[in-house]
Amino acid sequence: MTAHPHRNRDLFPRPMDLAGGRVDLTHGGGGRAMAQLISELFAAAFANPYLAQGNDMAVMPPVTGRLVMSTDGYVVSPIFFPGGDIGSLAVHGTINDVAMSGARPLYLSASFILEEGLLLAELKRVVESMADAAKKAGVLIVTGDTKVVERGKADGIFIVTTGIGSLQSDLNITGERIRPGDAIIVSGTIGDHGVALLSKRENLEFETTIESDSAPLHGLIGTMIEAEPDIHCLRDPTRGGLAATLNELAQQSDLGMIIDEDAVPIRQAVRGACELLGIDPLGVANEGKLIAFCPSDKAEALVAVMRDQPFGENAAIIGHAQPDPRRLVRLRTSFGSERVVEWFNGEQLPRIC
Amino acid sequence: MRFSSEFRDGSLARRIAAAITAECRPDRSYSFMEFCGGHTHTIARYSLEAMLPASIRLVHGPGCPVCVLPVGRIDSGIELARDHGVILCTYGDMMRVPGSQRLSLLKAKAAGGDIRMVWSTLDALKIAQDNPDREVVFFAIGFETTTPPTAMALKMAKAQGLTNFSVFCNHVRTPSAMRAVLQGGSLPLEGVIGPGHVSAVIGIEPYEEFSERGMPVVVAGFEPLDLLQAILMLVRQVNEETPRVENAYVRALPAIGNEKAQAAIAETMTLRKSFEWRGLGTLPDSALRLADDYAEFDAELRFDLPYRTVPDPKSCACAEVVRGIRQPQQCPLFGRTCTPDNPIGSCMVSSEGGCAAHWLYGRHQLPEEPRKETA
Repeated sequence: MTAHPHRNRDLFPRPMDLAGGRVDLTHGGGGRAMAQLISELFAAAFANPYLAQGNDMAVMPPVTGRLVMSTDGYVVSPIFFPGGDIGSLAVHGTINDVAMSGARPLYLSASFILEEGLLLAELKRVVESMADAAKKAGVLIVTGDTKVVERGKADGIFIVTTGIGSLQSDLNITGERIRPGDAIIVSGTIGDHGVALLSKRENLEFETTIESDSAPLHGLIGTMIEAEPDIHCLRDPTRGGLAATLNELAQQSDLGMIIDEDAVPIRQAVRGACELLGIDPLGVANEGKLIAFCPSDKAEALVAVMRDQPFGENAAIIGHAQPDPRRLVRLRTSFGSERVVEWFNGEQLPRIC
Repeated sequence: MRFSSEFRDGSLARRIAAAITAECRPDRSYSFMEFCGGHTHTIARYSLEAMLPASIRLVHGPGCPVCVLPVGRIDSGIELARDHGVILCTYGDMMRVPGSQRLSLLKAKAAGGDIRMVWSTLDALKIAQDNPDREVVFFAIGFETTTPPTAMALKMAKAQGLTNFSVFCNHVRTPSAMRAVLQGGSLPLEGVIGPGHVSAVIGIEPYEEFSERGMPVVVAGFEPLDLLQAILMLVRQVNEETPRVENAYVRALPAIGNEKAQAAIAETMTLRKSFEWRGLGTLPDSALRLADDYAEFDAELRFDLPYRTVPDPKSCACAEVVRGIRQPQQCPLFGRTCTPDNPIGSCMVSSEGGCAAHWLYGRHQLPEEPRKETA
C-alpha cells in the first residue's frame, strides 16, 4: 500500500477518504477513527523513533546544557497563504521563540484542535507541510494530541506547538541586557507576513507578489553567535511587528529606542499595500525576522555575517537604544521630523499567526 | 513610492517652511484651523508645527467623523446589535468608540452582538446577500467623503431588491460644522484649511459663504507638502487681506467636485431638520437621513430607533477639543486615564482624532511628568 505505508489492514480495514472526506466527531472521540487518523496521517508524516514509541509521552535521551522551552498557539486565517500555511508557521514560530535565547531547537509537540467538517485533504496538506518544515529545520515532532470540536466552535484548524531546545554555552541573551548605545539590527524586510495574509483576507483580496517570510531562524542565530557571542538580545517581531517588539523591549530594558525610517528595510510592494490600507508597516507581523541588540562597535561586522546567511540577506542597522525615563520608541522620519512609534491596536487585522 | 513620496520630501518642505517664515509679518499672528482630522494626523506625524514660525498657530477642527458622533448614536448602534439581533456592519474606526455604560461596539461584540468590521459598503451588501435570513444594518458615518459609497450601496440594494439590508445613516456635512465653529466667534481664527477629500465630492464653492464673511479658506491634500503649501497660501491671503477660497489640491480635485457622487447622494438622502453633534450641539440642516424613496432601507424606521441624548463622560474635553477651544493635552484625562488602549472620549480613539494624534506621534514633545514609582 503505497498510499498508506503505516496502514494496519486488520485494525483499519477501510482507508480514510483523503480525497473527499471530512473531519467528523469520531476523529476526536478516542475510538478507531481517531487511531486511524493518528496512525495513517500524523505518525506517517512525522515519523521518528520517539513518536514511534506509541505512548502518551515521548522519552528522549539526556540533553546537554540548559533546557529552553516555549509554546505558541496558531490560529492563522486563512490556513493557506502565499509563502506558507498554518503547519509550517506552527513549526517556524515555536522554533524561533526557542532560538531567540541562542538555544538549538530539538523537539516539538503538536496539539491539533480540528473543527468538524475540515477537509481531510486540507488536514493532510497541513500535516505534511509541518513535517517538511520540521525536517528542513532539523527538529523532531515527538508527541501530539488531536481534539475535534463541533462545527462552528473553531475555525478549521488550530495548532499549538511546544518546543524544547538546548542552550549549550553560557549565553545570556535577554531584553534586560540591552544597554544605552546598543545598535538595533533587523535581519531583513519588515511586514511581509502580515501583508501576504491581508492580501488573501476575505473581502480584501488584492494582487500582490508578496509572500510570507515564515522561516526558521536558528541557523542564522547560530552563525551570529559564533561571530559575535556578546549579542545582548534577540527577539522576533511577530504580532504587532517591529513597533510592538521595540516597545516591549523598551519596557523590559528600561530604555528608549530610536530608529531611522530610511534604514528600516521595507519592500516597495509592502510599503504600497500599507499606504493603500492606511496601516503602518512597522506594526505589521513578521514570521521569519529577528531584531538583535549588540554593542555598537560590533554591529557592522555582525550585519556583514548575517548578510551572508539565508534569511539574513537584507540585514541592516536601524537605530540604537538610549536612556529615556519615558521608555519611548522614537522614529526619525525620512521627512526630517521625529515621532513616537506606538504599539498598534490590532483589532483591525485578521488572525495572522 | 510615486505620487506620495514626492509630497513627503523633507528638503522641499524646509524650503516652503522658510518661505512661510519669510512672509509672516512680525506684527501679526496667524491662527489657522485645520478642519480635518486627516490633516491633524499629518501635522502630528511629520511634526509640521515644529517647522513653522511661532506666529503661526494651528488649531484642530471637528473634521473627525467618529469624534463628532454623540454617545447617543453609538448607543443606538449597540442597541441594534444587542436588542434587535441584526448583523451590524461598521468601519473599523467605530469599534472602540465608547458608548454609555462602559460599552463600545467591540465590547458589545464580545458580549455576543454580531458586529462585523467592513472595509467598504460593498462588503456590507455582500453580507446581506449571503445571509438572506438575517437583518443586516450598515452603520453609516462620516462627512461627504464616505457618503457617496453609502449612496451607491443604497442604489444597489434597491436595484437588487435586497429586503434584509438597511442603513443607520449618520452622515454629516462639512460646511455645517465649519459654520458652527466659526459662528461661535470664540476662536480668533485667521484662516481655515479645508479638507481636500470632502471637496473632491462637493467642490470648493460651498466655502464661499465663509470667505465672503472675511475668512480665508484653502483646500488642501493630505501629504505634508500639501499642508505647508496651504499654510503659505493662507499667510499670503491674510497679508494681502483678500479672503477667498483657493484650491491647493489641484492634482486631485476639480473645483466643481464630483457631480455623479452629488447626484447619488441627492437621490438617496435628504437633509435632517436637526442633528446632535458631539461638541457642536444640535445643528439644523447639518446631517442626512435617507430620502423618502429609500425609507424602506432606513434602519431608524425599520427598527423604530428613538434618538436619546446621552451626556459625554465627566471631565472629558472632547466637546472642546472638536471645537478647537482646548488642545488635547489640556484635557485632565489626556494620557492619564484616557489613552488609545483605554479611551474615555472619542477623540482618543479614531485614527483622525486630535487626542490620538497628539498621543501617538507627539507626546515626546510634551513636558515630562513625574515618573510613577512601580513596585
